[in-house]
Amino acid sequence: MGVIILLLGASLAVALGFLAAFIWSVKHGQFEDDFSPAHRILFDEKKYNGND
Amino acid sequence: MAQIHTNTQTTCYHCGEDCQETNITLAGKPFCCEGCKLVYEILNQNNLCEYYDLNNKPGINQRMQVRKDKFAFLEDDGIQQHLVQYKDESQTHVSFYLPQIHCSSCLWLLENLHKLNEGVLRVTVNFSRKTAHIIYLHKITTLRSIAETLTGIGYEPYISLNDIQKEQKPRVNRQLIYQLGVAGFCFGNIMLLSFPEYFSGSAHNTSAMNTMFQYMNLVLALPVFFYSAQAFYKSAWGGLKHGFLNIDVPIVLAIFVTFIRSLAEVAAGHSGYFDSMTGIVFFMLIGRVLQEKTYQGLSFDRDYTSYFPIAVHVIKDGKEVPTSLPEIKVNDTLLIHHQELIPADGIISRGKALIDYSFVTGESAPVQKTVGEIVYAGGRQLEGNIEILTIKEVAQSYLTSLWNRDTFKEPDEKHVSFVHLLSRYFTWVVLLIAVSTSAYWAATDPAKIWPAVTAILIIACPCALLLASSFTNGHILRILSRHKLYLRNAQAIENLANTTHIVFDKTGTLTSKSGAEVRYFGTQLTPLQEMMISSMAAQSTHPLSKAIRNYCSTTSAYTIRDFQEFTGRGICGWANDTFIRMGSAEFTGIHNKEEQDGSVVFVAINEKPVGLFTIRNSYRPGIRNMLEKIRNYFDLSVLSGDNTREAASLRLLMGASATLKFEQQPADKLEYIIGLQKKGAKVLMIGDGLNDAGALKQSDTGISVAESTNNFTPASDGIIEAQQLHLLPHFIQLCRANRKIVIFSFIISLLYNITGLYFAVQGILSPLVAAILMPASSISIIILTFSMSELYGRRLAAKAFSGITDKNHV
Repeated sequence: MGVIILLLGASLAVALGFLAAFIWSVKHGQFEDDFSPAHRILFDEKKYNGND
Repeated sequence: MAQIHTNTQTTCYHCGEDCQETNITLAGKPFCCEGCKLVYEILNQNNLCEYYDLNNKPGINQRMQVRKDKFAFLEDDGIQQHLVQYKDESQTHVSFYLPQIHCSSCLWLLENLHKLNEGVLRVTVNFSRKTAHIIYLHKITTLRSIAETLTGIGYEPYISLNDIQKEQKPRVNRQLIYQLGVAGFCFGNIMLLSFPEYFSGSAHNTSAMNTMFQYMNLVLALPVFFYSAQAFYKSAWGGLKHGFLNIDVPIVLAIFVTFIRSLAEVAAGHSGYFDSMTGIVFFMLIGRVLQEKTYQGLSFDRDYTSYFPIAVHVIKDGKEVPTSLPEIKVNDTLLIHHQELIPADGIISRGKALIDYSFVTGESAPVQKTVGEIVYAGGRQLEGNIEILTIKEVAQSYLTSLWNRDTFKEPDEKHVSFVHLLSRYFTWVVLLIAVSTSAYWAATDPAKIWPAVTAILIIACPCALLLASSFTNGHILRILSRHKLYLRNAQAIENLANTTHIVFDKTGTLTSKSGAEVRYFGTQLTPLQEMMISSMAAQSTHPLSKAIRNYCSTTSAYTIRDFQEFTGRGICGWANDTFIRMGSAEFTGIHNKEEQDGSVVFVAINEKPVGLFTIRNSYRPGIRNMLEKIRNYFDLSVLSGDNTREAASLRLLMGASATLKFEQQPADKLEYIIGLQKKGAKVLMIGDGLNDAGALKQSDTGISVAESTNNFTPASDGIIEAQQLHLLPHFIQLCRANRKIVIFSFIISLLYNITGLYFAVQGILSPLVAAILMPASSISIIILTFSMSELYGRRLAAKAFSGITDKNHV
């Protein structure tokens, strides 16, 4: 019984954590542009020798 | 010397367009124009050629050159203040709208801007909004130089008057997303806490643990009831205030009844229906978020301020002073450069004007004006620079007064969705069942009134209907956007489906802005003569000359001596020892003038008439086929701001029953639409220019046509990409399918409701049955609407691509 309450508290805390993370990410505009971050990560610095 | 052009398939290394002139190459790479080549050179010098590796031919065509000091106004402090978002001692932050952004190469190049412009610290691109946020050091570089660097690589910032008067609205409704997140969180946890209940039956209901779970459910249901469901309360209240039972009223009723009954159940030591209630709110919010999908790159509410430039040059004491538009006073002298917009009504005080009013009036041929004549705001000066003396302020000019009409300010409340009409009957039926059930139990077993009536209201919640309509609408919007028709909202789908009368604008809608169809009649020209004519035409910036220049397939050129241009009449000059005149009949000495469709340019070589060019707007590919298809099903009209010279060919295109009206002023178009609506027609207006703005707004559905070359579209219910216009009948079909899908899903959800009601009227609906029935019906409705609309969408795509056989211009 006691252990279930403990687990319940833990699971709710985790879920609340995710909810907070979700709200934070919406607030910081992470859902506003789904194209740039996904492509930006694929760019890498290449060395070019002038005329490819 | 005479090169005869052979048709090669070379495409530009930069922009991927066909190369008309084959002699522009660099490092073995072909380019279509000097502009594209220049961009390549800049990128190559700065080791930025990865741009071309990320995507194949990612560039934007550079044929239209930007005037050298176009961005001089950015040096003015007052104008800078409007644009700059943040400034301290060293850094400045600014956001530019770059409509040319279209692929990952753009993203990469723009974020490497610091390699091209030393003062730039960082650039962050927002792809869906097509904006670039630029942080730069104002001691090293200037705003103007950044704008010019961007222009140099093909991303000319779009700075309009709207940037001064902007009221930044958040484009995404974040509130709804927060509500969805909270509802999802609460729903998931309530489901989890209800599991013991589902599996153990009622045997353990008295145990302390279950009681605790019930109270936790209650606590978790509170944010859903008080926060997440607010969207529905607002809409229901709004409906009630207008004396209208919209679909949200029974839903709010169901939410309230479920919540109150569950409270009573918990107080009595039973479990409530919190899982059903939160689940329904969660699913309905998903539907609403999908339906309210916003196209961030598009704006449906543009007015003239987005079309006008932010600043113009005012001549003060002989000097050019860049001045922001709202500060222009009557009696200021404005300098209008080549290719610039005229921002205020005025009188020409110097220079000769050739003004393209096509966007404002629909008149496709440019108008000649000389000193002393009045020019109206919104026209584009095509030839050289002119000076005008303003006679009205910007806000009071002819064009802007169009926007200040009262009719445009009325909120759009005229349309009511059929879903709401259905739900009205639905609500009355449910209330009737509830009343008769309570009457029955009052007579037989009064203890059952409360459980039976509340169960009816819970189970009869029209959430499946709401889900069906919002998910179908959302999905249809997405399918349409896949085919480049972007509708503002779900209501536009329904209006489009109800269309009975389609009104087209001509210039820029049926015809394309850029392409002109040139034909030559007369004595066969030798390649040498063709080359001479082409070289002559190349000397003039007149649109007709340009069209002829493009028509002549020759690449090499003569040097023209003693070139003369007579405004409104024609051009003449010497190519070697041949004298060429091109222009009006009188100018070239032709007397037996026949009436021709479109504009005509006569040619005389050595004062001897040889033939004539006819230049007509070319109709968009596939338009003829499309019109043939729709003219049997809809009434058609064409409202053109142009004169009647193309009436005959237009009649052929539109069919005998269509109404054709020419020389229509913006107000005439608006009146015509109102007239149609009074006769009961549901009008779909398709237009592109500011001259259509009133008609677009007045019509039941207004769709504006967007060409990539022109990123301004007047306020409308939808935006369609020009090359997709021929798919219009398919789009309307899809919108009609939308209605069928919703009604079909509604019938299915009614079956669920009847099943539930069977238990509910007997007062034996257990929370378990409710918890299974409600999500099951919701999810099956979602799957059903999704797959049906997808099926219709696929069918549309299949038909659309088999339908394009008529590739030729009319």
